[in-house]
Amino acid sequence: MIQSKDRKDRDTTFREPLFRSPFYDFFAAKESEGHWYNWNGYKSPTILSDEELEYFSIRSTCSVFDITPLNKYRIVGPQAEEFLNKLTVRNVTKQNVATVKYTLWCDQEGFVIDDGTLFRISDNDFRLCSQEKHLPWLIDTSYGFDVEIIDETKHICGISLQGPTAASILRQLGVNGIDNLKPFHLFQTKISNMPIMISRTGFTGDLGYEIFMKNNVANKFVERVWKAGSNHGLTAIGYNALNMARIEAGFIVANIDFISSDHAIRQNRCRRPDDLGLGWLVDLNKGFFNGKKAILNSKLEDSSAFKIYALEIDGKEPVEGSIIYYNKKDEVGTVTSAIWSPMTKKSIALAQLKLGSSKSNMENLWIEIYSLKELQYYKLMKKVSIVKPPFINLARRSACPPANY
Amino acid sequence: MEKNFDVIVIGSGHNGLVNACYLQKAGLNVLVLEKNDWIGGAAVSRELHPGILYSNCSYVCSLFRPEIMRDLELPKHGLQIVAIEGGTVFTRDGDYLASFRNYHAKKRELERFSVKDSESYSRYSRDILKQCRFIQPLLMRTAPDPASFKFRDLSEMLYLLRKVNDLTASELADTIRFWTMSISDFLDEYFENDVIKASLAVSGIIGTALGPMSPGTAYVLLHHYMGEVDGSIGAWGYARGGMGAISKALTSSFRAMGGTLLNNSEVEKVDIRGARVRGVILKNGDEYLAKNVVSNADVKRTFLKLTDPEHLPPNFIKKVNNFKIRGSSGKVNIALDSMPKFPGVSDTNPCLKGDIHFTDSIERMERAYDDWKMGTWSRDPFLDMMIPTLTDPTMAPPGKHFMSCFVQYCPPKVGGKNWTKENKDAFGETVIQQIADYSPGFKDKILHMEVRTPKELEEEVGLTEGNIFQGELTFDQLLFNRPIPGYAQYRSPIKGLYMCGSSTHPGGGVMGAPGRNAAVEILKDLNLSGSDIRDAYEVL
Repeated sequence: MIQSKDRKDRDTTFREPLFRSPFYDFFAAKESEGHWYNWNGYKSPTILSDEELEYFSIRSTCSVFDITPLNKYRIVGPQAEEFLNKLTVRNVTKQNVATVKYTLWCDQEGFVIDDGTLFRISDNDFRLCSQEKHLPWLIDTSYGFDVEIIDETKHICGISLQGPTAASILRQLGVNGIDNLKPFHLFQTKISNMPIMISRTGFTGDLGYEIFMKNNVANKFVERVWKAGSNHGLTAIGYNALNMARIEAGFIVANIDFISSDHAIRQNRCRRPDDLGLGWLVDLNKGFFNGKKAILNSKLEDSSAFKIYALEIDGKEPVEGSIIYYNKKDEVGTVTSAIWSPMTKKSIALAQLKLGSSKSNMENLWIEIYSLKELQYYKLMKKVSIVKPPFINLARRSACPPANY
Repeated sequence: MEKNFDVIVIGSGHNGLVNACYLQKAGLNVLVLEKNDWIGGAAVSRELHPGILYSNCSYVCSLFRPEIMRDLELPKHGLQIVAIEGGTVFTRDGDYLASFRNYHAKKRELERFSVKDSESYSRYSRDILKQCRFIQPLLMRTAPDPASFKFRDLSEMLYLLRKVNDLTASELADTIRFWTMSISDFLDEYFENDVIKASLAVSGIIGTALGPMSPGTAYVLLHHYMGEVDGSIGAWGYARGGMGAISKALTSSFRAMGGTLLNNSEVEKVDIRGARVRGVILKNGDEYLAKNVVSNADVKRTFLKLTDPEHLPPNFIKKVNNFKIRGSSGKVNIALDSMPKFPGVSDTNPCLKGDIHFTDSIERMERAYDDWKMGTWSRDPFLDMMIPTLTDPTMAPPGKHFMSCFVQYCPPKVGGKNWTKENKDAFGETVIQQIADYSPGFKDKILHMEVRTPKELEEEVGLTEGNIFQGELTFDQLLFNRPIPGYAQYRSPIKGLYMCGSSTHPGGGVMGAPGRNAAVEILKDLNLSGSDIRDAYEVL
């Protein structure tokens, strides 16, 4: 007879398939209509109160957003730098301590697995944050390196404060050093004995900070932030508002704007860094890294693959998922993300298009829109122009010191 | 009673019925002959204990092609396939790994055993789906004869080559490795945890006389993964009313189109005159005439028992003799007075509604296979256990249950000798004891129990050696090699004699594709339109 174990958590897996972040209670208290979605296995809000007002808090006051569901891998050890130089396409030896770099990593065929941010905490101590999960790939790549890879996702939590008054709120909170913190830099400090790591980073194209901490201080910390923000228009937001801001900033998301090679069932859905407009990240002068040879070879090929473009579209109809045509008849691609941009007062989109290298193909592009008006669709063809991202460029994003409101 | 038909189908297994339906639908006058007094071959629901229906052979449904259900209007004739939830592996340390349809619930369970494996699972699923995309479109097409220069064979070969050509070099390498490697090696490429590997290895060995470490078992896993329930690839379901509901709906559809089905009509011989078929002769001496006879029986039974060897070329007979159809599994079917208790699992946990296993390592599966190689049933067998009555209210009165236990490994002969009653009882006891080890009081709940070894599967169902797939699904016996090179297009050396069982491409499982594909070929030979036979839906 087998003696069965008494598992206290035995029913959680099917009763609550989605994890709850340590900030769950804080955000749930501000949520009014049950708008939740699954983000990387966490129950996360899409809208807390009002999508537009949440968006305007990012652009006018300050927003607080739960970034705990991001995957967070801690990479520690004497060969952490060498390992990351093999894993990612940027040159990690050029990344200073206390900085953050946007980066991406490829498989051996040079196809992008994911993008993310690499935090260099000290010489031999890094944190890699990403949208998708990569532990098996990190472990596979670490073979032969003296390095330890720890999945911190469930142990470290974080919030993102984004918006013009973000710096003021942190000053109010008593964080010293905010004035000197440049974009893509980080420092560690304590607030009322709660250790935190602050970086001037974000996903909005605005002034903003990301703050990581251990789970056990999460609630106390976020309540302190909330209080400090009470006179600075601090607003709790869900994903939809953030998504509007990130499209304006021209940021792409894995498995929305491109298919991660880790997920692609059809090989022709895989993309190389150049296709994502991120070829500038790749350092072909450094030694071996995953995908280097394939990326070099692909540069010799005729460029005919799908690439990501930023588009402005005539009119104001929603264009998400629409098909784009050359000369109104030849299909050239699909919109992957789109919004009406409140900052530019334009309909903007990110799209994957197969245009080839000829300049003339960039003109004469049209989008087919099915506009629904009271149960009847109106088929529209609107003019599309390719623009250079980002759609917005805000001086306050990089102003140092940031203005005090 | 009419004695003349256009086509006679031997056996009312699901493939025989699918074949008969399509032929009847095309305007032919079809007779189906069934030796038993029930219909359905291995897809049956039988009331072996008062009030309780047993799916006493096949027990779950995923592979049955939706195109066939639609063509033959099976839903109108009462067929419902209901998706099932969950599944679980009990471990010897008293824990269990549950599985759920909800992706996140499933991943959370995996995480309890290994965070890395939980993350690897998505890459594993991607790779299996990639292989599915390659092979699934071949299910509903006749395999080309690579040695033939006929237009259709060349064009089908071209289709295959194009598919291969669409693969990148590394995908092609992966595909060839996948078809040839063992499920154990394949899983090692993704996972580290024993329990997780054991739970996934199951589909690689079911119905196969190979162990998880035998080359070729990775493909068997794919074969089990290619099914779907309402478009959800890899999902499994129950036929409402037991597996017999499939045969019942097929029969109803067949009869509604004017087809004739006779029970208690065991065919003794196919009547062959002058190298072509004339009809069949039954055990009871009755004769039925038809220029075309389709055998739903396996290739060995068809050509070594039902056909006189004088009509067959010697090399053909030799190949049929050598066809691998080794029996490897048995079944224990149980009627229960109440739901068994599994103390570690709460009563509301939906994982019990799926497949329940007690084998928590690949090593144990392989050792179970070792016993089979030594000519006996496994002392520590692998069970695939299901309680469909938790999902299906039509099979037993409320509170009572039918439990299906698929048992592996179980040889066609014990130590080279025929099964005895003592052997059979000991085999049943081994199975019951394994369940009772995890479920206290289990034995007291048993109302009735049916033990089926390969011997019963052969005698009652007609499956040679009790092999549930009518021949193993190893790569040497697939596609244009199934069942025999040169005879993979449902025809035989004898004009008018066809095969439509699982011995033919694409093989076993309650899929219906062999029966359908055979109908396409027969109609072609008769210059009749097969326009009522829908092409396969696009996959993925």
